[in-house]
Amino acid sequence: MLELAGVSKHFGGLQVLSEVDLCVPQGTIFGLIGPNGAGKTTVFNLITGLLAPNSGRMSFEGQDLLRQKPHQITRLGIARTFQNIRLFKEMTLLENVVVGTYRHMDYGLPGLLLGLPGFRAHEARARARALELLAWMKLDGKAHDLADNLSYGEQRRLELARALATEPRLLLLDEPVAGMNTGERAELMAEIQAIRARGYTILMIEHDMRFVMGLCEQIAVLNFGKVIACGGPDKIRSNAQVIEAYLGRDDEEHDVAPSAVVCANDGDAQ
Amino acid sequence: MDLQNFWDVYGNLVLTLGTNALLALSIWLTLACGMLAVANAAFMGIGAYTAALLTMKCGAPFALSLAAGIIMPALIAVIIGLPVIRLSGVYLAMATLAFGEVVRVFILNAESWTGGAMGLNGIPQYTQWWHVLLAVVLVLLALWRVRASKIGRAFDAIRGDETAASLMGVDVRTRKMQAFVAGAAIAGLAGALNAHLTFFISPGEFGFDKGVEILTMAILGGTGGLAGPILGAGIITVLPEALRGLADYRLMVNGVILVLIVLFLPQGIWDPARFKRWLVPKKAAHA
Amino acid sequence: MLEQQFVNALSLGCIYALFALGFTLVFGVLGIINLGHGAVFMVGAYAALMTVIHLNLPLWVAIIAAMIAAGLAGAAIDALVLKPLRKRGAPHLIPMIATIGTAIILNNGAQAVFGAGTLRFPFGTVPEEALQIAGVKVTALDLGIIVLSFAMMAALLLVMRRTQFGRALRAIAESPKAARLLGINVERLFFVTSLAAAALGGLAGVLISLNSNAIFPLMGQDILLKGIAVIILGGMGDIRGAMLGGLFLGFAEVLSVAYIGSDMRDAVAFGLLFLILLLRPQGLFGKVVQRKA
Repeated sequence: MLELAGVSKHFGGLQVLSEVDLCVPQGTIFGLIGPNGAGKTTVFNLITGLLAPNSGRMSFEGQDLLRQKPHQITRLGIARTFQNIRLFKEMTLLENVVVGTYRHMDYGLPGLLLGLPGFRAHEARARARALELLAWMKLDGKAHDLADNLSYGEQRRLELARALATEPRLLLLDEPVAGMNTGERAELMAEIQAIRARGYTILMIEHDMRFVMGLCEQIAVLNFGKVIACGGPDKIRSNAQVIEAYLGRDDEEHDVAPSAVVCANDGDAQ
Repeated sequence: MDLQNFWDVYGNLVLTLGTNALLALSIWLTLACGMLAVANAAFMGIGAYTAALLTMKCGAPFALSLAAGIIMPALIAVIIGLPVIRLSGVYLAMATLAFGEVVRVFILNAESWTGGAMGLNGIPQYTQWWHVLLAVVLVLLALWRVRASKIGRAFDAIRGDETAASLMGVDVRTRKMQAFVAGAAIAGLAGALNAHLTFFISPGEFGFDKGVEILTMAILGGTGGLAGPILGAGIITVLPEALRGLADYRLMVNGVILVLIVLFLPQGIWDPARFKRWLVPKKAAHA
Repeated sequence: MLEQQFVNALSLGCIYALFALGFTLVFGVLGIINLGHGAVFMVGAYAALMTVIHLNLPLWVAIIAAMIAAGLAGAAIDALVLKPLRKRGAPHLIPMIATIGTAIILNNGAQAVFGAGTLRFPFGTVPEEALQIAGVKVTALDLGIIVLSFAMMAALLLVMRRTQFGRALRAIAESPKAARLLGINVERLFFVTSLAAAALGGLAGVLISLNSNAIFPLMGQDILLKGIAVIILGGMGDIRGAMLGGLFLGFAEVLSVAYIGSDMRDAVAFGLLFLILLLRPQGLFGKVVQRKA
């Protein structure tokens, strides 16, 4: 479904990604993991068109993603959430999600100015869909609150609802459980499985190994901008290079096993 | 004092209020997209000169002059918008400010057409009170409809977070361009109406100070809704009359009010969220 | 003829550079476009005039008085207006709008107190002597302006590069948050920067009023727009850029008056500015500084 071939990106002299190949098949939950600064979020920024790669090819369902603008990529059917949540804070929850339905509102200026039936039908449908998505994320009780007033876990769920409102086929999740407690994590894990069950494909960046291993069918490991391993959870767990990447050569610096890397955070390196 | 008397004394003030309301709404459009573009006074000037020249030199009917006064600034906005819209924050503010000066200096130097610093004198007074009223009502209605639509939501989203908005499928540049051009058209309409009201226009009326005044109206009233700019326009228009007693110090009061508003009412006077907080007792703080 | 224009352009350019220095300093350190800088410049000019007329003090005292008065005005604006906005974490366009308010207050205040008309220094305040250097007449005033301006610029560069204070300012320009974590008293430096920038503006105000011998309440508005042109030309927040940009604008204006016509003076400045914004928004000499929150 999503294919990256030989994608490289550098900022000035700093090589962030080199020759990254990635293939996300339809209907999977695909995990992208790696130590801090490995370039994971950069991969997302490239896919969504926020950055342009220096070389390589990217395609989604056979359509070239290169030189497409972010809004065009969204319209192709890719949506994402952000590591450092980016909600529209001055809007209510409902309005946030309705913005997500933007590309499906098909009415012209006359319809809008005169309030024609087509306009009203589209608006009503968008609100209904938004409420449905909020209910799905268990936020419908707060539909008319301001997004700014939500707890951290709620904000992440709202961002997910907003991304789903664009009706994507591929959903990119950037550290969906960062900052959540164990209970919330378990809940979200079930939620993500439910989303997949409805036919969405999911590509996610996550640090919580238990979460990734439990959820993803396929995992790619990124280290210093290179994909060092790709495969099922078991294969990844036993891969020598992966273990080394996480443990580091110098044990004193990173004395944590993959399964213990739980709450690490990339900071706000966008 | 009966109505006729009132109108004889204050008629011009009321009509000025109308054109000022249009100007405040014109800058509201770009502010709603999170853009601080301060070229509205210049667009007003372009509209005013275009319409006045058509009327005076070509004897065009009023409707045609008005239409030209709307279309001309919109066209120029498209041309300068293409490069300028890319700029963000202060760079956009500075670029539009510079553009405003370029327009003013141009009008000043195109003497054979515009009369230069002496201005244009003897513009026929075609503007009737109901023209102004109709213009304000139509613009308000249109903006009110836009606000309640996907376009209004796109504006809000762009103001909140441009990147997130683009990833919701919003074509940020196109929407910003639309706001910029529509704002220019409304400012041009205000200029064209005003030119046929005041008999006389000169480049000084469309300079930096007018630009600041327009911005002040919108910020003072509040940009959270359409009522704000109208309220702000009302206050800025009426204030000099109300403060007549302060004589030389009254313009100073404008500045004091602007500073106080920015310091103590950051959302402007008309702030629905604040009204709601006043009406609804404080809820328990969120988790 | 050309040599004479060169001297005129240099002294005018020096004044623009001085004005722009304060402007760019505030933008670089506080992150604010201070649209009240022109008003502070005007305050300096009036303070000098009052010192000469009412206190009968010599010109050099008047120049110091101008810097003090303007500095105090700048410090007051910082303490009363900008500081509360910083505390609230207002987005950067809000302080800019607030400074418009302060400019309106000062400009109209001056108009109310001194009248709208143009005032002049009494005859004899400005030394009339002139030197002949290689056939070019250089007045004592021109010489004073040029020497004083370059001394100020050199001093500022030295402070920014060689002192602990300058290093702290540069750290703040880079990231106020990080500077605070390093133990720098950011608030105090903001205040000092506002004061120093305003004092430089006040100095520019006296010098231009001596140069053109005209003091009027709105004198700050014209130079404000030029100051904006200069700091965009030089790259916003860039000190050397402001100096070069100021000199550049001085030359561009004087030469365009000499060879194109006096009407086109402002058109040249703003046309140039507009082009630069479109083609190279980071300025002719600068690079875009991305300020971290």
